[in-house]
Amino acid sequence: MSKLGQVVDTMEDKEDPKEFNATKGHEATVSQKDDLKIQGLSGQDVFNAIARLALHLGEQLKRNASTISLSLISLSLGLFLWHLATAYKLDFYINFQNVPSPSKVFTAFWTHLGDPEFYIHIGVSMQRILTGYITAAVIGIAAGVLMGRSRIARSLIYPYIEVLRPIPAVAWIPLAILMWPTEEASIIYITLLGALFPIVLNTLHGVEQTPEVLVRAAKSLGASRLQIFWHVILPAALPSIAAGLAIGMGVSWFSLLAGEIISGQYGIGYFTWDAYSLINYPDIVVGMLVIGGLGTLSTYAVKLGMQPLLAWQKRAR
Amino acid sequence: MSTQVVSLKEHIPHRAIASQKEIGHIVIEDVEIIFGKGAEANQAVKKTSLDITPGEFVCILGPSGCGKSTLLNSIAGYVTPSSGSVAVDGTPVTGPGPDRGMVFQQYSLFPWKNIRDNIAFGPKVAGRTNVECSSIANTFLEMVGLSKFADKYPAELSGGMQQRVGIARALANYPSVLLMDEPFGALDAQTRLMMQENLLSLWSEFGITVVFVTHDVDEAIFLADRVLIMSASPGSIIDDLHISLPRPRDPAMATSADFMAYKKICLDQIRSESLRAFEQQNR
Repeated sequence: MSKLGQVVDTMEDKEDPKEFNATKGHEATVSQKDDLKIQGLSGQDVFNAIARLALHLGEQLKRNASTISLSLISLSLGLFLWHLATAYKLDFYINFQNVPSPSKVFTAFWTHLGDPEFYIHIGVSMQRILTGYITAAVIGIAAGVLMGRSRIARSLIYPYIEVLRPIPAVAWIPLAILMWPTEEASIIYITLLGALFPIVLNTLHGVEQTPEVLVRAAKSLGASRLQIFWHVILPAALPSIAAGLAIGMGVSWFSLLAGEIISGQYGIGYFTWDAYSLINYPDIVVGMLVIGGLGTLSTYAVKLGMQPLLAWQKRAR
Repeated sequence: MSTQVVSLKEHIPHRAIASQKEIGHIVIEDVEIIFGKGAEANQAVKKTSLDITPGEFVCILGPSGCGKSTLLNSIAGYVTPSSGSVAVDGTPVTGPGPDRGMVFQQYSLFPWKNIRDNIAFGPKVAGRTNVECSSIANTFLEMVGLSKFADKYPAELSGGMQQRVGIARALANYPSVLLMDEPFGALDAQTRLMMQENLLSLWSEFGITVVFVTHDVDEAIFLADRVLIMSASPGSIIDDLHISLPRPRDPAMATSADFMAYKKICLDQIRSESLRAFEQQNR
């Protein structure tokens, strides 16, 4: 294995859950690794890496060529049908007379890409997502773990989840506006609620799935309750927590949209609803596609971010 | 192996060899274990007393479901006796602890930690430095012959290797007692024989007290200084057999006349027990 291989290995090492501990000794090892990385990388290695990556991508493409081409054909066909329906102003129960054509949507999108305000809308939405989602993740994981490990906590918290979970985000809007001091806070609150339940329930499930024999082993090795939590329960629940985080990200997007449509001055949801009020139909579709794109991207980012912590699972296969 | 023994001794100045320091003395007094309450109460272990001397290798032999694991768990501290007491070196057992190493039947390694970190878990939670932890881990990795696999994850190892890591992990705490709950039960016959020999050589290096639960008569006789035969429902010790086969033991002994004699005694005891249980069920 080349030096680059070592670098990849050391990066994998960092993914070990034990490395959560920010002890002094640990910091020392990290800096050592960084040194190694700097010493180990030469131009040749970078070139090799790029070449290998390109080769890998090429192989992937080749292997999935039929799947990818089928998907592309399907998407193009959909676009073409959309185009036909708008070009001939189809009105057969579903009315396409006011639906913008794909080319109009693309033109609108292209124009917006050069408009600073468009980025403000996106930025504001992302900020709300981030605030709501991170808060939801912290509360959700904490509550899930508590309920998984303590029967009392479970009896106290679980009823709220049962009662509140079926209430859709939109139903919260009036009360949220009444409850929270600012419009911003009420939108973030709604976003948070959307993400919270999938995270709580998946965390709870993950904690409950922890094999009891591992907890027993840790006890007989002298681990304290906190150490058992950190070294056994949390890593055991991690795959399930990761799934909850990914689902929660998706749900937080459509909760956010509900909040932004009703109130606010910025945000991609507001942008979409505003376009409807202003009879700017192509922008509605632009807004929708951006929401979809951002939702998918952020869910993917969450999955990607969790991957290093779950590297041990891959090894098991 | 001899160089490894030296390195091991250097590692444990405070505990050298267990038997020399007379640690690992288990005293079980009038222990009775009942699960459930009232009408559903089920006596798992009948009133039992035992004295296991430091450095002794004791096998608890009995049919499945006879309560032998329950008795072991009461020494480990996972089960609290309904009456009576368990003490190790004069200290009453109140819960699981690092002075009593445990090896389980199921694979119980932490799947998210590599082999080195699994073995170093005990020292790590005891607050030892990273340098100490990795040096202890390396010593024990070498001892169980798995140095090459230090960076692998448990799922990448065979069942036998995983169980060797399990033993190394328990020993890395330098416990005074090693408790083993059918540790080789899930292994194939060939691997099991090798594991038994490995365990005996580890035990002779450590001189640690071992309590080993099994339902395999050959395994019990091959390993033990003393075989405790347990009867089923409720569990109680019906025979305390001293095995005076010479050590170091060799698999070839399994065909010797002495071994056969011991085996006959064990089998007769277990057979009469099984018959009694069978008759009870059919009455």
